[in-house]
Amino acid sequence: MPHSHHSESDIALRVRAIESLLAEKGIIDPATLDAIIDAYEHRIGPHNGARIVAKAWVSYDYKQRLLADGTSAIAELGLTGFSSEHMVVVENTPQVHNLVVCTLCSCYPWAILGLPPTWYKSFAYRSRAVIEPRKVLQEFGLDIPDEVEIRVWDSNADLRYLVLPERPSGTEDMSEEALADLVTRNAMIGTAKVYPPRSPSTITA
Amino acid sequence: MNGPHDMGGMHGMGPIPIEADESVFHSQWEAKVFAMSFATFCNYFPVDETRHASERMPPGDYLTSSYYERWLYALELLITEHNLVTPEEIEQRIAKLSQEEY
Repeated sequence: MPHSHHSESDIALRVRAIESLLAEKGIIDPATLDAIIDAYEHRIGPHNGARIVAKAWVSYDYKQRLLADGTSAIAELGLTGFSSEHMVVVENTPQVHNLVVCTLCSCYPWAILGLPPTWYKSFAYRSRAVIEPRKVLQEFGLDIPDEVEIRVWDSNADLRYLVLPERPSGTEDMSEEALADLVTRNAMIGTAKVYPPRSPSTITA
Repeated sequence: MNGPHDMGGMHGMGPIPIEADESVFHSQWEAKVFAMSFATFCNYFPVDETRHASERMPPGDYLTSSYYERWLYALELLITEHNLVTPEEIEQRIAKLSQEEY
């Protein structure tokens, strides 16, 4: 990310000034700000998306509903929320690898994955994902063979995407909850795959 | 309108900056900018207007600012354009707070 010509302390001061003015005028409530920050730091995050993925892996019917109409299938789990009102779920297969980007800014399914990581919002990812996705994925340590098609989905304010990663082999006996623990944020954006647990362990319930 | 935000396919942006175990916010001010934007765009201006405000940032500034600096720009533009706060009030409050620090 570019480094600003403003110092961090100048920016922090400016932000405090604006906060104090908005609070004084009753436009914002400091307690509400703390609640918003707490929600996005602690409650809303990729574990929500992981529940959706794990359910799709264990329930064929749910997966069909999810791929046909992501918005309503996600609503079934009560996970609809701000910035995720209209969802399309795209499935990775041995033939197709999906990758999500927002070239214009940072559109992302907040309610399902939390706030996007810095790399997702970076100029490098926004500019390059659409023209050289294989190279971009290599920077994440992911080599996609030439015979696998890569589909890149450009998000916008009204429509956001979730990648349904491939279920790793060797996980047939795992519970839905244990499967959800394997699913990472990057796997649901398309910059990682989901891997089986290293060894059979306590999570294999 | 065309602008620096229309970044798909642009060249020369370098490697992807991947941070291990990244925290949700990198500083308290980032968290506050996010929360103030969230609180106001739910109540005072729609989210589309907020995004458009960040796209109105002069291109040179857009390309040299961090993500939440662009949000801060958008927030300040909107609260002043909607006459919730004046630019003078902001500058005066900055001066007052910085004096209090010494």
